[in-house]
Amino acid sequence: MTDSEAPRRLRVFLVDDHAMFRAGVRAELGVHVDVIGEASTVSEAVNRIAATEPDVVLLDVHMPEGGGRAVLDAMRRTHPHVRFLALSVSDAAEDVIGLIRAGARGYVTKTISPDELAAAIRRVAEGDAVFSPRLAGFVLDAFAARPDAPVADPELDQLTNREREVLRLLARGYAYKEIAKELFISIKTVETHVSNVLRKLQMSNRYELSRWAADRRLV
Amino acid sequence: MTAVPTEQRPRLDRSRDQRVVAGVASGIARHLGIPALRVRIAFVVLLPLSGLGLLLYAAFWAVLPLQARTADVGQRRNFMHLLPFIAIGLGLILVQTLAFGFGALGVTGLAGWLVAIIAVGAGIIWHESDPERRRQWSETLPRVPWLGAVVDESDRRAFLLRFIGGGVLVAVGIIGVVAVYSPAENFGAVINGILFALVGLAGVAVVAGPVLWRTYNQLRAEREGRIREQERAELAAMVHDQVLHTLALIQRNAADVKSVQRLARGQERSLRNWLYKPVASPTERFAAALEQAAAEVEDTFAITVETVVVGDRDTDERVGALVAAAREALVNAARHAKVQTVSLYAEVEPDQLSVFVRDRGAGFDPSTVGDHRHGVRGSIIGRMQRHGGRATIISEPGDGTEVRLFLPTARDSVTAGKDGS
Repeated sequence: MTDSEAPRRLRVFLVDDHAMFRAGVRAELGVHVDVIGEASTVSEAVNRIAATEPDVVLLDVHMPEGGGRAVLDAMRRTHPHVRFLALSVSDAAEDVIGLIRAGARGYVTKTISPDELAAAIRRVAEGDAVFSPRLAGFVLDAFAARPDAPVADPELDQLTNREREVLRLLARGYAYKEIAKELFISIKTVETHVSNVLRKLQMSNRYELSRWAADRRLV
Repeated sequence: MTAVPTEQRPRLDRSRDQRVVAGVASGIARHLGIPALRVRIAFVVLLPLSGLGLLLYAAFWAVLPLQARTADVGQRRNFMHLLPFIAIGLGLILVQTLAFGFGALGVTGLAGWLVAIIAVGAGIIWHESDPERRRQWSETLPRVPWLGAVVDESDRRAFLLRFIGGGVLVAVGIIGVVAVYSPAENFGAVINGILFALVGLAGVAVVAGPVLWRTYNQLRAEREGRIREQERAELAAMVHDQVLHTLALIQRNAADVKSVQRLARGQERSLRNWLYKPVASPTERFAAALEQAAAEVEDTFAITVETVVVGDRDTDERVGALVAAAREALVNAARHAKVQTVSLYAEVEPDQLSVFVRDRGAGFDPSTVGDHRHGVRGSIIGRMQRHGGRATIISEPGDGTEVRLFLPTARDSVTAGKDGS
């Protein structure tokens, strides 16, 4: 299973505890990608994903036995090439940021249209990050809430001005193409900036994470 | 136990739910609108007068009807409640016998007095630590019920006085008994007496401790259950009032796509707020005001407004104007852009507030807008200028519209973060 053939259809795996929702997504996505499997529980998901090795896993956040977070924690180390896109009805900041930190490559809500979802899956499969305006807003909030607070590792934890600008435009509802035009940079550069933001989110040190959580009274 | 207004004073009968013996005292207390404890004390105090208290109680018992059975039949009669009154009553009878009856002198008489003191003290202590009162403590201060014993609602000083007083009475009594029955003149005997008293108190604690602890645990479990039940009921009420009604409306309006979207979107928003968002007043906080404006536009025009607000601050007149201008921009987008989704992004920066309203709809050429059109010129640009801000409108036919609003602010009035703490 390599990425050598260009027009290959993406192999997608669905994890969601609502059968109705799985059926709906499967029907909608069928024309764009191959849905190669479904799972409704964390343990089932871990086993089946390990067995089928899909390109992208659409991962629900809220499930029994620990939710999408548990699946991510179990799979990240052993299957680094499997990409995860969180697909949730929740757009609460702690859910969104929590899953991104655990290693999801993007986060979209279940109100997304099928075409947009297919596009998001493709972007994730190509190694890119998928940021919804709301997610961009959360990230800006998390990184900008306390600009004067000391940061242990500025290189890692702070967003550059350019990244901040890109996120702002994302939050304003701009597409990558439009951001590139607005900032006079190439789309590839925009994608790099967004990927860097994602990397920083996942690698932020514990200090930053706990501060972020404490600010929102999550701990 | 609250005072009942005179107009609707409950009828005089025997209480079913708060009774200790037959519900006479609590019935009378409810009728008079005074605490049942006072009535009980009155009965107990009257007891030594040739058993007047007992006679009165029996008379009331015979005469008063039992309270009509209601749906919420209270807790079962608890004989534990009876103990303090029995103890106090015994003590009083003993005092009376000793004072007016036989043998008020001598060792036996003194011992009798001491036993009476012990009985009264024990009664007071027992009454202070009965489960009902413990329940009150744990309700007023859920996290630290033991603290509730000290800082009880109204009469914490009286309580302390009574509790300590009772304890002192018991201790003095026990010491006295020991001293009387071992009549030694030396100091060592007193020390021994005190030691024995402490041993006696420890014994009482060992006996009563597990019972009290179990009662306390039971009450806590019960309280937790009640809280869970309450939460469930609240959720059920919300689902019934909103979700089910919305679903019913959607079924009836299934053909009307616009109104179905409006209903579904409104319901989604209200559920989301209920589940995830702390409630803030739109008249006080910037983010809440913007979200409310977006919600109104969503409801009126059946579109989706993707609202993202970074940071928050208090509102004032100028911020209110900014929100109003943003609302006008949203309304324009909903009316003219012919799209389903409009983006609203707002950010609280250290030195300014910025709001962006963007749609990917029809767009227009700003230079062709006539002077008679007041929506943009008056409600957005003019309003922002009057309050010291500025507004820019960027639009091209076919490429959507973005309205950018900026309002400079003083640095000190900014509070970062969602909750603005």
